[in-house]
Amino acid sequence: MKAIIFNVFVLLTVIPCFWVALSSNIVHAAFSLLVTLFGVAGLYVLLGADFIAVVQVIVYIGGILVLIIFGVMMTQRGKLLPLSIQLPGKFIGALLTGIILTALIVAVTKSLWPVASFLKEPQPTSAAIGNLLLGKYLIPFEVASILLLAALVGAVLIVRRSVRGE
Amino acid sequence: MPSFLIVSSLLFCLGMYTVLTRRNAIGILMGIELVLNAAGLNFVAFSRFLEPSRTQNLLSGQIFTLFVIAIAAAEVAVALAIVLSLYSRMKTIDVEDFKELRG
Repeated sequence: MKAIIFNVFVLLTVIPCFWVALSSNIVHAAFSLLVTLFGVAGLYVLLGADFIAVVQVIVYIGGILVLIIFGVMMTQRGKLLPLSIQLPGKFIGALLTGIILTALIVAVTKSLWPVASFLKEPQPTSAAIGNLLLGKYLIPFEVASILLLAALVGAVLIVRRSVRGE
Repeated sequence: MPSFLIVSSLLFCLGMYTVLTRRNAIGILMGIELVLNAAGLNFVAFSRFLEPSRTQNLLSGQIFTLFVIAIAAAEVAVALAIVLSLYSRMKTIDVEDFKELRG
């Protein structure tokens, strides 16, 4: 049963991913990205990371993807441009990607991972993550919040300047 | 565990292919999102399967994934601001047209 669910989520993750990479329509690519992100959230659940899965759905799908779709809508006036580069460059890109993919898969399957001898049953992780974020990882947590604030202010500043400059 | 790592390798490579071959700046952003997701999936898989401690629930990998997600959010906000500002200046988001940036 678990294997079936795992395979469903893997297909849900990987197949739209090809569409993101190869589709000639940017809107289709954006919506395929949505399905991929859902699939990754499902994989997180299978790995026992409930909090991360919910954060993935909220932040990626509720935030980042909406931003991307807004970006698509605001920049697609006028004629549709070709979405990808032409053939020689495409071929070189595919070649490089294939080489790296085979290297990664060989590395993953050949290496001896020090896998834990027994797997604990997944437990609720929210409380433990909260303790870690306000304990051991307090400083990275605060730095991340300052980074988000700086990104927010910077984004507004960049757009405002360009609007005023017109 | 290798099955999860293979899935994330696929995600990474497709993301990289997207970044390499797209001409649309937002398409490139989508590729970056795929690569970051692959990294997060790897972190969570390692935290599940390579956990050294048996008594307590160490979740460092999941914390790192949280930070990756936060950084992805910041990155996408800034990148979209830059893309929109370039669009209002040059009326295109085709990265082949941004030749002013060449040294």
